[in-house]
Amino acid sequence: MSTSLRNNGAVVLAAGAAALLLAGLALAFYWVPNAPVEGFRQRIFYVHVPVALTAYACFGWAAWKGLRLLSTRDRRYDLESYTAVHMGVIFGALTLVTGSIWARTSWGVWWSWSERQLVLFLILFLFYSAYFMLRYSTDPGPRRANMSAVYALFGVVLIPVSFLAIRLAEGLIHPVVFDRNVDENLAASQLVTFGVCLAGTLALAGALYVNELTGKRLDERLRELREALA
Amino acid sequence: MTYLGDVAALARKDLLLELRSRDTVPAMVLFVVAALVVFNFSLPAGSGTLAAYGLLWVAIVFTALLGLMRAFLAEREQRILDGLVLTPADRSAIWAAKGLAVLAFLLLAELVALPAFALFFEPVGAELVAGVLLADLGLAAVGTLLAAMAAASRARELLLPLLFLPLVIPVVVGGVGASVAADPARYLGFLGLYDLVFAILSWASFEYVVTE
Amino acid sequence: MTSAEKYVTAAYLVVLGVVLLYVVLYAFKLARLEREVTELAELARQRGQRRAA
Repeated sequence: MSTSLRNNGAVVLAAGAAALLLAGLALAFYWVPNAPVEGFRQRIFYVHVPVALTAYACFGWAAWKGLRLLSTRDRRYDLESYTAVHMGVIFGALTLVTGSIWARTSWGVWWSWSERQLVLFLILFLFYSAYFMLRYSTDPGPRRANMSAVYALFGVVLIPVSFLAIRLAEGLIHPVVFDRNVDENLAASQLVTFGVCLAGTLALAGALYVNELTGKRLDERLRELREALA
Repeated sequence: MTYLGDVAALARKDLLLELRSRDTVPAMVLFVVAALVVFNFSLPAGSGTLAAYGLLWVAIVFTALLGLMRAFLAEREQRILDGLVLTPADRSAIWAAKGLAVLAFLLLAELVALPAFALFFEPVGAELVAGVLLADLGLAAVGTLLAAMAAASRARELLLPLLFLPLVIPVVVGGVGASVAADPARYLGFLGLYDLVFAILSWASFEYVVTE
Repeated sequence: MTSAEKYVTAAYLVVLGVVLLYVVLYAFKLARLEREVTELAELARQRGQRRAA
């Protein structure tokens, strides 16, 4: 029963993601007017920011599952935490790429150290890439599960600390040359479009998460079966 | 035994071991001085005084890394860690003791590095010393936990820098700020915050890293 | 197409491309899992025959 429920969840999430993302795309290109300062390029906002927030959500989910693992010692949380980090790294990489494109359209450069979110994502990308190294180079077992969970917990603490560090470093090391000029008050149409795109991206991440988790579980079951038959 | 007694006994063991074998501290001292000499040649003429302060922090972070790579070497080679974990002492006492030993080694290396920096490059002010002391606490706290993780993996020494460097970027920011900014108090405060947050987190989670 | 339009389109296409790449990699993974299941099923069948004999 649990399997069929899980698959229904994947179906609902995938269908929701498809509908919301299509709607979001239509709204972003045909409904939202050009922004006063940013003009047409402001439309990257509707892909870049939802993807970034989704990556944060994945990292937060991974830490939550890690915390559950440490408190209950239930092994299934290990794969859930791992899958969440996996999704977070995919969306984090997308944030870096779309952010880089935004920097190019706004300031004519592919990378700017004065763009806080981008720098933060670069640090997080490095940090969570090392998570994979940690997992791949450690023998499977409860100790690896514990270490991965602890590392995922460190990640969510590192996010605000790094953000603070980047703000501190900004005035000091890299003077702020560019200002993003995001309009302070989003118009209602922008807000609605952003909400639809965010919901769609989160649903997409959820659908991918459920699929990936099933795949990783299958992988583990097969390994157990192979050991049992050997 | 009390918790503090356990920590003191374990830390004393590490310090005595180093006193007898002398394999870590001389290497760290030599490394940091060699790094400073390399920096002299990697700074083109006219790159200014600020760049030297930045490089000092690179040297400190990598020296800490060098010390951390060896932190659990004895335990791993002699398979002592499993035994230590089985003793009635609280597991976090192992972390605290190892962290204190790493901190002591790092301080010894800096006792040479900072005068050498003042001699070769720029004067060392009170803010810089305060920054170094606060940064050392954070580096030792986080580094000891990560070194225990790396020691459990097959990649070992290769893994530690990958885990360590992204996590200590905030320390570099705080340290560089404390050395060059007009208002070092903000950066020192930030270093203190980092120490507090990550020391508590490492202290609380070390148990899970060394047990099944 | 203005350059802003090109970049905006590129940003959306990158996301689509990465999701498709993920699907392709997942297909490879599924193929591998299928191969393993076939192998294990064969192994289990042989073992059953041996026990019967």
